[in-house]
Amino acid sequence: MKIAVLIKQVPDLVEGLEIDAGGKALDRDSLRYIISEADDHALEQALLIRERTGASVDVFTLDVGEARDSLTTALAKGAERVTLVAAGLEAAPGSHALAELFAAVLRPQNFDLIVTGVRAIDDLDGSLGGLLAGLLELPYVGLIRKVETGPGGETAIVQKEFPGGFVTELEVKLPAVLGIQSAEQPPRYVPVSRLRQVMKTAKIGEQAVEPPQAPPIAVERLFKPEEGAGASMLEGTPEELAKQIAGLLAERHLLK
Amino acid sequence: MATLRTPPIPAVPGPLFPEIAGAPDKFRACLQCGVCSGSCPMGEVMQFPPRKAVKLLLDGGIDQVVASNTPWLCVSCHTCSTRCPSGLLITDGLFPSLRAAVMATGKIPDPDLQKALQNTYLYGNPMGTSPKKRADWAKTAGVPVPIISQLRRPVEVLWIVECTPSFEARGQQISRLLARILTALGIDFAILGHEERCIGDCEWLAGEQGLFEMLIERNIETLKKYRFREILMTDPHSYRTLLNVYPSLGGNYRTKHYVEFLAERLAQLKPMLKKKLNVMATYHDSCCLGRKTSHYEEPRALLKALPGLKLAEMAQNRESALCCGGGGTTTYLDRYIQEQTKDRLADRRVQQAAATGAQILATACPFEPARFEDAVKLTGHEGKLAVRDIIELLAESMELV
Repeated sequence: MKIAVLIKQVPDLVEGLEIDAGGKALDRDSLRYIISEADDHALEQALLIRERTGASVDVFTLDVGEARDSLTTALAKGAERVTLVAAGLEAAPGSHALAELFAAVLRPQNFDLIVTGVRAIDDLDGSLGGLLAGLLELPYVGLIRKVETGPGGETAIVQKEFPGGFVTELEVKLPAVLGIQSAEQPPRYVPVSRLRQVMKTAKIGEQAVEPPQAPPIAVERLFKPEEGAGASMLEGTPEELAKQIAGLLAERHLLK
Repeated sequence: MATLRTPPIPAVPGPLFPEIAGAPDKFRACLQCGVCSGSCPMGEVMQFPPRKAVKLLLDGGIDQVVASNTPWLCVSCHTCSTRCPSGLLITDGLFPSLRAAVMATGKIPDPDLQKALQNTYLYGNPMGTSPKKRADWAKTAGVPVPIISQLRRPVEVLWIVECTPSFEARGQQISRLLARILTALGIDFAILGHEERCIGDCEWLAGEQGLFEMLIERNIETLKKYRFREILMTDPHSYRTLLNVYPSLGGNYRTKHYVEFLAERLAQLKPMLKKKLNVMATYHDSCCLGRKTSHYEEPRALLKALPGLKLAEMAQNRESALCCGGGGTTTYLDRYIQEQTKDRLADRRVQQAAATGAQILATACPFEPARFEDAVKLTGHEGKLAVRDIIELLAESMELV
């Protein structure tokens, strides 16, 4: 069975975020990047399936920023192959564009399972998984917390989380795309000595693709949350409160 | 079908664990006398206390020890190593290697320890706070705390504050007070600020040799940039690592813990100790200041200099002091250790302190206030026994609080 894992790097919140002079993007000089947390779980889930079934794990990421580091870590954790997807982009594009790029890379490769994090903190136009599945015309299930592959690698039983603590078990026909919320166990640790060892010998594949057709996202304004004036607390009996609320809505022309 | 590959357990750890590299030969000197197991405060909980672990190492059965609870119960108190008649490096050699072997499989038994190690790799401190915030505590110190990169001149004393005293609330309080004491003594000092990184004691004892080496390399590079006469440390763990391990990789510095540094200046300090404390205190010898570096009398000299303070000794003191249970990364293994035993070392130690009749348990290690204060609450001594760092007591008497 062949599993593809799609990962990306996101700004590290620990280092704090500054907005650049243009007011439409983060100041990249003060940014540090780390692997998107859900993608880390997607990789862990893939490695768990690998340990149980002997499946191969291929990891792909877009060649922007310090993407190489995330691939080295993936190799150190046990991935078979890692590939940098080069599309000649300066910065990571939105999810529609990313889906396009990965679809081009994955279409000819016949993976049985494609996993990626169900969302990332910097997703502006939706998340990768569903968009990619649409382009590849494959089934998609998101918010996954457990994956068991069936015999023959033709189906998978997945657990999908719902709000309120509910979980659904679904049978998915493979090939399929899964959006991982959390792996069955926390992402494994890689001793630094192993990481350094892998860095010396790592073979990172490269694949060039055409730049995406999807239009870039035009950011109007990027700003930190602005403090409002505060909340005013309403008091009274339910009838009085209802009158007050109706009055407020009417004042603001929110009632037809 | 692809073959499964699991990372191999390192047969020969690198230059920092030569004890295991030459294992059978080095540990062949073991007499199997059992002093180690008998002295070990966690010996009764380990599936293979030190003596048995060494026996299995020599008999080729070390894998059993690696798979047991033993590697993660060692609190690095050094009692075994101090007493071993063959001088075997059990604490600093055997146990880190056992942990490294477990880590090579990618599994760390306690998620807190994994997070601490990952944070140290990314941010140079186990808390996971940005290094840019490392000197934030100094903003409210009440005295100037120069950062050496901004000073652009040599200093007498480079004060390496370390992680807990920089980022944890109680540690930060103690750091501010020490800054005031140093200022009152007219010491020319500076700190590294955002350039400071974990010295690496926890990482070494966790078996994370690669991370430890990375930290040492980084720290030696940083220290090369500056000129200073000596290094002052508040954290005994980092102190003993800087003192004993860094020289082997080229980092040679005149290093002192604050107990030695302040004890040297006792004549100057004494007249500044104005306020009478009128209290009975007992002093807890931390493992790193005690057994590992033999600073037993300086902290006592400082405490005895405090007017109105009577000093009582616990039954286990100096070389026989009982560890608080926080050393050797076990401060990040509380979750795992609690599954193995409900008998907490800190609770035992607090009972010993209370038995002396003291109202204050005096400490000199930043791990201890939190651990002992928890223990004070758990053992029902809240309101009767307070935990104070020596710096806090000095500052109170100097009316710098």
